[in-house]
This record gives sequence, structure tokens and C-alpha cells, in this order.
Amino acid sequence: MHETDMTKALIFTVKDWLAEQSGHPAVKTVHLTVGEFTCVEPAGLQFAFAAQTQGTFLEGVKLVIDETPLVAFCHACQQEYRPDIGMQYACPICQAPMDDIRSGRELKISRVEFSRAEAQAIPQN
Amino acid sequence: MHQTFDAALEMNLLHANQHGANENRDRFNQWGITCLNLMSSPGSGKTQLLEKTLQALQNELRIAVIEGDMTTQLDADRLRRLGVPVVAINTGRACHLDSKMVAGGLHQFSHEQQPESFDLVFVENVGNLVCPAEFEVGEHAKVALLSITEGEDKPLKYPIMFREADCLLITKMDLAPHLDVDVETIVSNVRQLNSKAAIIPVSAKSGEGLTKWLAWIKQAVANRTQIA
Ligand SMILES: Nc1nc2c(ncn2[C@@H]2O[C@H](COP(=O)(O)OP(=O)(O)OP(=O)(O)O)[C@@H](O)[C@H]2O)c(=O)[nH]1
Ligand SMILES: [Mg+2]
Ligand SMILES: [Zn+2]
Repeated sequence: MHETDMTKALIFTVKDWLAEQSGHPAVKTVHLTVGEFTCVEPAGLQFAFAAQTQGTFLEGVKLVIDETPLVAFCHACQQEYRPDIGMQYACPICQAPMDDIRSGRELKISRVEFSRAEAQAIPQN
Repeated sequence: MHQTFDAALEMNLLHANQHGANENRDRFNQWGITCLNLMSSPGSGKTQLLEKTLQALQNELRIAVIEGDMTTQLDADRLRRLGVPVVAINTGRACHLDSKMVAGGLHQFSHEQQPESFDLVFVENVGNLVCPAEFEVGEHAKVALLSITEGEDKPLKYPIMFREADCLLITKMDLAPHLDVDVETIVSNVRQLNSKAAIIPVSAKSGEGLTKWLAWIKQAVANRTQIA
């Protein structure tokens, strides 16, 4: 269910961004970065996006989701490691707790691809 | 002819919620209120612990509750019986409270009560082990509850809430003798994710650990007062 809320947030964010642009850009693709260590399921997000954009200014827009892995940094060992989600989060070498997360918590719109009609098409610009 | 452009946005999806949470926290600070966000899976004992906590602290602190019950007023009514002001937020089918819902609750609270006369607000979040941890509502600290009947592996399976918690209450400790559950394993599983949280085993039924929990609350109130 949180995919619904995240999609809502996504739509509002793109809408706000569009409102600041001149020349009526048409959004083609939204690139989203979703960390592995978040409550969001990419498949659920794709589904929610398709459903919730129907009949809106984002209908038919492509959603590309880049997943980032969970990467932690152990200060005792001075190195990064990949925790085994669901099984083990402490450092596999020294068992220090996972204090420092370097990647995997992202939930952001990284890029938007859009097209603008050429100047003649929108004379008022 | 259309030209394709590319814009780097780097916009966090939770930004709007975060912004609203900060506004709520500012209001709490203006009123001199400490806000604690209680989160757990359904039935871990949030409401029952609140009942005990409110009874124990009623003479020391002025307390109100923001109740995030899905569809019913059951929990809110249980707490109102103790004479505590309760703002019930009907979350409908939402699986967590967000900062906007709580802002609505605060609006109601400020009309019905004199917020400046309160010290502490508990938010009882929707029973759910996954989402509430991602949606800050303006709290000063997050309290996660895990009942001893849920199993030692839950912190590993639902890590985000346990990582985000400032205090973890292991609840229903009175049931421990009847179960094959190892509290030490729960603690060490949580410690893999969170080296800082206070971990307090409690029982609302027997009263075990309540003194420690109440002391933690008073410390949280004192900490906020120092910062503000
Ligand atoms: N044995 C025992 N049972 C408890 C304790 N605390 C709560 N319970 C029982 O657990 C059940 C759920 O308790 P609630 O306080 O309603 O749990 P909750 O987390 O508020 O539930 P939701 O709001 O529905 O998510 C009730 O039947 C309580 O009587 C406890 O310390 N010991
Ligand atoms: Mg409850
Ligand atoms: Zn290490």
C-alpha cells in the first residue's frame, strides 16, 4: 500500500517540477532510484504508477527504476560490505553493527526525460 | 519535430512528507511538547502499554494522544476512559500515518485544547511493521514495540523500523515462560542494525520494566526541553 503513497508523491513531485518549466515540456520518461533498503518494492511501484497515472498528464510515461544495493561501511575494518538482507547486517568480519549505510536508502527521482515542441509550434514562447 | 531533453532532478520522494514533519515538530516545540511516535505490528501492545503509561504519568505530565486507528474508534475510546484527550485520525486504508494526517490532528488538538499546557503527545501509529518507519510525522523520538510472541527473527526481516527506533520495547514479557523465545537473540538481532537504541523488555500486564520505560520517557522530555 505504501507504493500507492510513493507514487502519489512521485506524481506531485513531477507536477511541481513541470510547473516551474517554461514551454510546456512533455514528460517521456521518469528515472527513479530506489534503494534496496527501503520499504518500496519496484514491481509494486511500476504497477501503481501505471494505474495511478491513467487519465493524467503522465499517462503513458515510462518509469525506469534503478535499484541501488545496500552497502554498509565498517569503521573498525575500514571497508565496505554488502549486508545479507533478512539474515545478517553486522560486519561479516568483525560483527560490528551496521552503523554507516553508504547506499540502499535512496528514494528519489534522479532524472526526467522530456520533449519540447519547437519554437514555431508554441508561438507565444 | 520534437527535441528530447534530460533534466537531473535528484528529488527525494519523501521530501514533502519530511517538510510537513518538520513543520509539525516546530509546532510541538513552540508549544513545549515532546512527541513520541509508537510503532509496531498490529497487536504488539501499543494501546495497552499507553493505558499503563498514562495512568502512571498522569500526575507528573500533561499528556495527549494522537490515535492512528485504521477505521475504528476502539483504541481512542479505551484511552479516553482514562480522561486523556485523544485525537483520533481516521487513516482509512492508509497503512501508516503521514505528516499531513498528523498536521490535521494537531489542528484539531489546538482548537479543542490549550496545547501550551501539555508536556507530551504520544502518536499511536497504524499497526504495521513496514511503512510507518519511512514516514516521519514530526516526532522527537521513535519508539518501536516488538512483542515476544512475534519471534526473534522479526528485526532481521523488517529491519527499517528497528534501525530507525530510538527506543525498542520488547513487550508481553509476562508470556516469556510459556514460549521458546530467547530475548538475548532478539536483542542481538536488533543490535546488528542499531547500536544506539535503548532496549527495554516490558510487560503491561505484570508491570515488568515499566519503571525503566517511564524513566526513558522522562529523559526524552528533558532532552527536548534542553534543546529547545
Ligand atoms: N499477556 C500480555 N498480553 C498483552 C500485553 N499487552 C497487550 N496484551 C494483549 O495483546 C493484545 C493487543 O494489545 P493492544 O494494546 O490492543 O495492541 P496494539 O498494538 O494497540 O494493537 P493495534 O492498535 O490493533 O495495532 C490484547 O489482547 C492485549 O490484551 C502484555 O503485556 N501481556
Ligand atoms: Mg492499538
Ligand atoms: Zn568490521
